[in-house]
Amino acid sequence: MPAVSKGDGMRGLAVFISDIRNCKSKEAEIKRINKELANIRSKFKGDKALDGYSKKKYVCKLLFIFLLGHDIDFGHMEAVNLLSSNKYTEKQIGYLFISVLVNSNSELIRLINNAIKNDLSSRNPTFMCLALHCIANVGSREMAEAFAGEIPRILVAGDTMDSVKQSAALCLLRLYKTSPDLVLMGEWTSRVVHLLNDQHMGVVTAAISLITCLSQKNPDEFKTCVSLAVSRLSRIVSSASTDLQDYTYYFVPAPWLSCKLLRLLQCYPPPEDGAVKGRLVECLETILNKAQEPPKSKKVQHSNAKNAILFEAISLIIHYDSEPNLLVRACNQLGQFLQHRETNLRYLALESMCTLASSEFSHEAVKTHIETVINALKTERDVSVRQRAADLLYAMCDRSNAKQIVAEMLSYLETADYSIREEMVLKVAILAEKYAVDYSWYVDTILNLIRIAGDYVSEEVWYRVIQIVINRDDVQGYAAKTVFEALQAPACHENMVKVGGYILGEFGNLIAGDPRSSPLVQFNLLHSKFHLCSVPTRALLLSAYIKFINLFPETKSTIQEVLRSDSQIRNSDVELQQRAVEYLKLSSIASTDVLATVLEEMPPFPERESSILAKLKKKKGPGAVSVNELEEGKREGGELNGGGGERGGDNSTIAASNASTPSPSADLLGLRTGPQVSAAPPSAGSLLVDVFSEAGVNDDGFLRDLEPPTESSDSLLAEGPGDSDSAPPSAVSEDAAPPLPESNELLNKFVCKNNGVLFENQLLQIGIKSEYRQNLGRMYLFYGNKTSVQFVTFTTTVSCPGELHPQLNVQAKPVEPLIEGGAQVQQVINIECLGDFCEAPLLNIKFRYGGALQNLSLKLPVTINKFFQPTEMASHDFFQRWKQLSQPQQEAQKIFKASHAMDTEVIKAKLLGLGMALLENVDPNPENFVCAGVIQTKAQQVGSLLRLEPNAQAQMYRLTLRSSKDTVSKRLCELLAEQF
Amino acid sequence: MMRFLLLFSRQGKLRLQKWFTVLSDRDKRKIIRDLTQMVLSRPPKACNFLPWRDLKIVYRRYASLYFCCGLEQDDNELLTLDILHRYVELLDQYFGNVCELDIIFNFEKAYFILDEFVIGGEVQETSKASVAKSIEEAESLQEVRQ
Repeated sequence: MPAVSKGDGMRGLAVFISDIRNCKSKEAEIKRINKELANIRSKFKGDKALDGYSKKKYVCKLLFIFLLGHDIDFGHMEAVNLLSSNKYTEKQIGYLFISVLVNSNSELIRLINNAIKNDLSSRNPTFMCLALHCIANVGSREMAEAFAGEIPRILVAGDTMDSVKQSAALCLLRLYKTSPDLVLMGEWTSRVVHLLNDQHMGVVTAAISLITCLSQKNPDEFKTCVSLAVSRLSRIVSSASTDLQDYTYYFVPAPWLSCKLLRLLQCYPPPEDGAVKGRLVECLETILNKAQEPPKSKKVQHSNAKNAILFEAISLIIHYDSEPNLLVRACNQLGQFLQHRETNLRYLALESMCTLASSEFSHEAVKTHIETVINALKTERDVSVRQRAADLLYAMCDRSNAKQIVAEMLSYLETADYSIREEMVLKVAILAEKYAVDYSWYVDTILNLIRIAGDYVSEEVWYRVIQIVINRDDVQGYAAKTVFEALQAPACHENMVKVGGYILGEFGNLIAGDPRSSPLVQFNLLHSKFHLCSVPTRALLLSAYIKFINLFPETKSTIQEVLRSDSQIRNSDVELQQRAVEYLKLSSIASTDVLATVLEEMPPFPERESSILAKLKKKKGPGAVSVNELEEGKREGGELNGGGGERGGDNSTIAASNASTPSPSADLLGLRTGPQVSAAPPSAGSLLVDVFSEAGVNDDGFLRDLEPPTESSDSLLAEGPGDSDSAPPSAVSEDAAPPLPESNELLNKFVCKNNGVLFENQLLQIGIKSEYRQNLGRMYLFYGNKTSVQFVTFTTTVSCPGELHPQLNVQAKPVEPLIEGGAQVQQVINIECLGDFCEAPLLNIKFRYGGALQNLSLKLPVTINKFFQPTEMASHDFFQRWKQLSQPQQEAQKIFKASHAMDTEVIKAKLLGLGMALLENVDPNPENFVCAGVIQTKAQQVGSLLRLEPNAQAQMYRLTLRSSKDTVSKRLCELLAEQF
Repeated sequence: MMRFLLLFSRQGKLRLQKWFTVLSDRDKRKIIRDLTQMVLSRPPKACNFLPWRDLKIVYRRYASLYFCCGLEQDDNELLTLDILHRYVELLDQYFGNVCELDIIFNFEKAYFILDEFVIGGEVQETSKASVAKSIEEAESLQEVRQ
């Protein structure tokens, strides 16, 4: 019978678990749990000292309750007590409880660490392993601080037992992953590498995980592991299946170790030493050969282990991408798997072939499997396998097979799972464009896409087809004819109407010769769809109509009548109404020449990388695209929109729309570029629009809390306000006073907010309200006289000292020279950021109060972060971008003590106030915060990424900034370190 | 490395949860909910692997219990099936003809055995005999309660 019968079974626990299992309802369960919790609590609080067994039993019950999903808020101390028990099972339960329920109680952490320390130095291998498992399970920074120095020593010491070495290696790996800065290599590097030679296979298996991780981070220091790994691999591969005794798994010698060795080698380029390389190639060939041998066992474990090694070897071959012979053999092997009866192998073969398809050596070999892959797409029962097949078809596509693949993907799309449709659509659109030999095929394909899966055709896709049609005059007639035919369908997707409206508006004349598609027929066809469409599409159609008037004067009266109808000219949607009114006027007043000029054919679009590609990369995540490329795509979207502005018929708006609509979601056809477009894009938020309009801000309520209490004037004179930091009135020179000592602190207050009280003394209160957009800012200063006596000759000057001058352009509007007692005046300051900066502009204020000159200087809270534009990005993009900014000077880091309570919501609010986008679900550790943004200066844009790692136990933060410009990282880091 | 290992029954009852990275309770609950739903709704004989977020999910059913784990992109799926199988073998060796009830009533043992086999999401010892020996040695240290 099993070891459970040995007598350590806890009867009370078993009874409790039975009770819980017998509960008929959630309520009954909760009741039973509460009863048990009360019982345990009273036992823990009772006067009678509990023996170790009872303590163990109760702690174990608490653990069970916690694992059921209930909160546990006591018992930690009892668990910690168990750690110092000398009975193994008690200690074990204590450690398990700590591992599962570790909390941030710093007092306990100290006790836990003490217990661990004792066990580590106990020289009892079983206790040492328990302690190491606990460190690895918790893996917190405190643990790293306490033990990162000790564990390497245990790992390489000559007298350490093998089982302890194994635990130590993986424990160290865990600490290295959480706190790489605390795990210092160096002196023990070479001894760790030599663990690859250890006699004990288990030690090698554990150590190699550590070595692989370290090699990824420090390839040079660990490169001696390559030859060791190759010789170890070679010994395993050439050993008979019985040589390795217990490390043989279902007749496969050491599959775990083999895979890990092959994985380690993927951290490095092919070995330079010819002999080593030869040996490795031999190994890889042997592995490929073994795949052809008959299986030694029918068990699935045997084939899994054997194929695990084979796939890992193929990964290495693909990684090297330099041995044509091996690549082709790998491809053939995968080809066999494509038809294997095991679904798992088909799935992995499809996945692996995707990477092979991008190698020049094996691309052709991969292509030979096209029929099998198409068949997989059609017949696989498992959606995840079909998805892999679609990925592979995409990867193997080239000019020679594009038509076949696109056709297959299109037909699959009709029945494809909803979850993958959008991605499929993007892929088809990209392939169609990339491999289009004749563009009529391209147009057909995209129109088919819209027909089959219109809902999944994103804006990028239909923008792109229009872009291409505009740019290529050989396809324009065909496109017009095809959309005309497609629009005949009684129910066609709105995206089809958009494409149709645009193309007929531009090129309808090319098919107007045919009486079946005469101008009026075209118009009536389009207009029959009008009422079923959304506002943006209707706006687009109105633009098409005015283009028709230019192209076909004979349609003028019909169209004018449509425009003149109440449903247009009095449409409740302002955009539609405006278009109707303007187009009507334009068509009736403008001469033919003017009409022809304004409504001329669209100019060609600049050739760029397809924005669809960028979108696909973004969707796919792993597939790699830099943020730069994405932004490229966005800019392109913006230009499309700007170009489309000409359709609006009002030339004066074009410049404005070009300059001010960088939004990627803006539409191709300039639907929002009617004359009402101001400099502010609609997305900028109404508040900003107000601020930047001439009306300015007159927020009455704003200074309500700044109103001076009238009684306060009594005490004023005695205090001699302002005198504290400037000389007595008579001695005050006309020079500006130096900034107040506290002005840096005041500045820090406004890093994460834009409004509030900047300064206050007994006389004066200065309120501030500011708004920023792109590289521009506007600040309102409110000077409140707290006394009952007027301030005279009130003057303010704003200056940019020293290096700040060329970076920041600050203009202050003059302010009223007289402030009555109890009154306030407002001053407007315009700010333009020309380049990145560190200092803050100075505000000097002088006035006479009761004859005495007051002179004070403050720093205006204009900091570089005010010019942030938030940037949303996915996890993958974030870390890719993070890695790109890896030069040491691009990073600034600070570790500092929390000066405020570490409240998540407060931290979030501050980070949002900073102006960057707070990215959720990006950092693998949910406690951490990451942000991204672009600082807009006139000279350049500086992309910045931020990571803030709070450590609640230590009440510390680690803040890391990475920017494309070193001064920016440094400055942001300085500013932010004061905020938390 | 393996990010987590979950054991749940056909009814979706969680029997064991092991997390190899730090996650908030909320995230853990979400992962558990999403994965039990996803895995339980898959047809029989479907592939044992599926992509999920940035992870590869590998799962396998043993009798009434599903063993399911999340892997990083460069982990080997087939080898992970072997890890799951070896874990089942270790449980079987310890309990003797292991069944779901053994894991319910001796959940702490299931955690201990896992700790002997996998640390921090990496395999530390693949030899069945070695793991058994560690457990044996440890058990011999305990005092038998009368």
